[in-house]
Amino acid sequence: MSIRSIKDMSDFELVIPGSGACAGCPSTIALRIVGKALGPNSVMLMTPSCAVASIGLLPKTCYDLPVQNICFAAAGASGGGASSAFDVLYRKGKIPDKPTVFNWTGDGGTYDIGFQGISAAAERNDDYIQFCYNNEAYSNTGVQRSGATPRYALTTNTPLGKETGKKNMPLLMLDHQIPYVATASLAYPMDLYRKVEKAKSIKGFRYIEILAPCYPGWKFEASQTIQYSRLAVKSKAWLLWEAEDGNVTFNSPTKQILEGKVPPVPLNDYLEGQGRFKHIFKSPDKAEILKQMEVDIETGIRLMLQKTK
Amino acid sequence: MGKKILTTGNGAAAAAVKAARVDFVAAYPITPQTTISEKLSEFVANGELDANYLAVESEHSALAAVAAASLAGARTFTATSSQGLLYMHEIVHYAAGGRLPIVMVNVNRAVCPPWSLYVDHHDALSQRDTGWIQFYCADTQEIYDTVLQAYRLAESINIPVMVNLDGFLLSHSMMPMEENEQTIVDKFLPPLVPQWTLHPSYGAGTFGNVTPAEHYTPFRKDLMNSLEDSLSFIEDIELQYKRLTGREHGGLIDLYRGDDAEVFLVSMGSMAKEMEMSVDILRDTGVKAAGLRIRVFRPFPGKKLRELLPNGATALVFDRNYGFGSGGGIIFQELKSALYDSGKAITVKGLTCGLGGEDLTAHYMAELAKNLLSGKEGA
Repeated sequence: MSIRSIKDMSDFELVIPGSGACAGCPSTIALRIVGKALGPNSVMLMTPSCAVASIGLLPKTCYDLPVQNICFAAAGASGGGASSAFDVLYRKGKIPDKPTVFNWTGDGGTYDIGFQGISAAAERNDDYIQFCYNNEAYSNTGVQRSGATPRYALTTNTPLGKETGKKNMPLLMLDHQIPYVATASLAYPMDLYRKVEKAKSIKGFRYIEILAPCYPGWKFEASQTIQYSRLAVKSKAWLLWEAEDGNVTFNSPTKQILEGKVPPVPLNDYLEGQGRFKHIFKSPDKAEILKQMEVDIETGIRLMLQKTK
Repeated sequence: MGKKILTTGNGAAAAAVKAARVDFVAAYPITPQTTISEKLSEFVANGELDANYLAVESEHSALAAVAAASLAGARTFTATSSQGLLYMHEIVHYAAGGRLPIVMVNVNRAVCPPWSLYVDHHDALSQRDTGWIQFYCADTQEIYDTVLQAYRLAESINIPVMVNLDGFLLSHSMMPMEENEQTIVDKFLPPLVPQWTLHPSYGAGTFGNVTPAEHYTPFRKDLMNSLEDSLSFIEDIELQYKRLTGREHGGLIDLYRGDDAEVFLVSMGSMAKEMEMSVDILRDTGVKAAGLRIRVFRPFPGKKLRELLPNGATALVFDRNYGFGSGGGIIFQELKSALYDSGKAITVKGLTCGLGGEDLTAHYMAELAKNLLSGKEGA
């Protein structure tokens, strides 16, 4: 099960040449690793997002798996429906095995329009893995704000910066009392791989959310996707944790940072280079705004720490 | 021969779904559909139906779950009504575009506001351009038989089928009907053998990809053509069903006292059965009337109607719906359009009645027919 280096990951390539994704696209990087952990006996369900828009026009595809693209609000129902159908067909001897079913959904399809269906699938404990690759906006449609957009971020429909903070979707999923919840980062591929492998070994509803820094949306260089993935974790803006049956464990380096063994990097190091936050640093209210952003992050940490008690 | 039972329209629908050996059901409660899904959950729980039942949180999710299960290779079912059908509208389009052989029962109920729990056909007719085949049943037996025929049809041409039945008038009225022996059903409806499913053993492929116009148009044209082709499938499948069970419901159009008729009373659903008595009343007063029940609304049986209605005939259309802004009811418009190039002189008059469950008695409809003929009422 466990591997020691990125070179030990399987040869299976879910994303094959021809993807129309942007250079440095976090969804594509994440899907490569997820595919290697899940293997070829898997079924991928998608709702509208960059990961669908970049497939390549019919008759081309860039995913080497059976894929169903369904409507935006349908992540939970399609995951539950396909998985349940495979169960009954296997029970009746009509298929040789039950493949791993997973849903690859953006933050809009998870936090917003897909939320009701995903919440219901979690409550029913439908047997599939729900992924959210969270680029903190509707990047596919030109970077509009979503429920995952952090406070003050500029998007194309929050021209003065978003006024409210983000939803805590991983925490909400934890409160659904599902068998497995995890967060992950592209800068820690071994951690992501291990979590996907673990999720695959568990039955029932599993939720994995991957922070997906998006260079056209967040306004940094295409070569900096991994750098911002790492800075998000090291500045505590994104926490790495997992919970099996509700038992929360923080993962490295979040664990060491929260325990005070490793100092976090200053939040400014994470924010300053991102064009979506540039207005903050020119604002006369800069100090107040940065303080509020620290408060948002510390509130998220406090709520998570309560879950470990 | 099968077993005679006394049941409701909803009971008949559930019995047919069980007999069809459906693999997967997803449903959300809405009055007056609810007892169909309740009954099916009971069949699954007590082992009478070997299927999985997903109790979803909305109609949008009900049809989305069914769409994914269908693509995974399962024979699927859902039932809905009124607002529920409207709420799942996006996936109604998806199911047809995806050529998924889903069968759905819609229990016809008026649309809000004003709120009403009772029958009219506006819910289903507002879905007419989604690419589904639509049946409208007139009694309990027909509901049972049509659901079975719907599976055979859907799986023959990969088009989803909606079987409509009138809220409360059919869904909750007890009527005697005959249930088939399971061996007969199995002979009529062999197991589903899908061409491609999501299971990896069928190989990788992206279903529902983004498509440039040169590929998009052929997909849509293929669905248009298949819907036209389905007219002959519907008649052929009912013939095969009749050979096994001895029962038929008219194929596309159910005609009552049509032989020497000059005035045709056109309608759909349970009101068409009541209309047969209106025809008798009119006949008694010397009007050469006939009942013409449209059993299949989509695809519209225009060719059949052009053949069937004689030169010089008058068609009186009783629409349990309204085509807002179109100058008449939906069937009224469709019939006029179908007869435009018939080369026959046929007068078409129509009115809207029976909305929100308005009671349509034989005498009342006979009166409306007379008013239509004399020009006192209608368009």
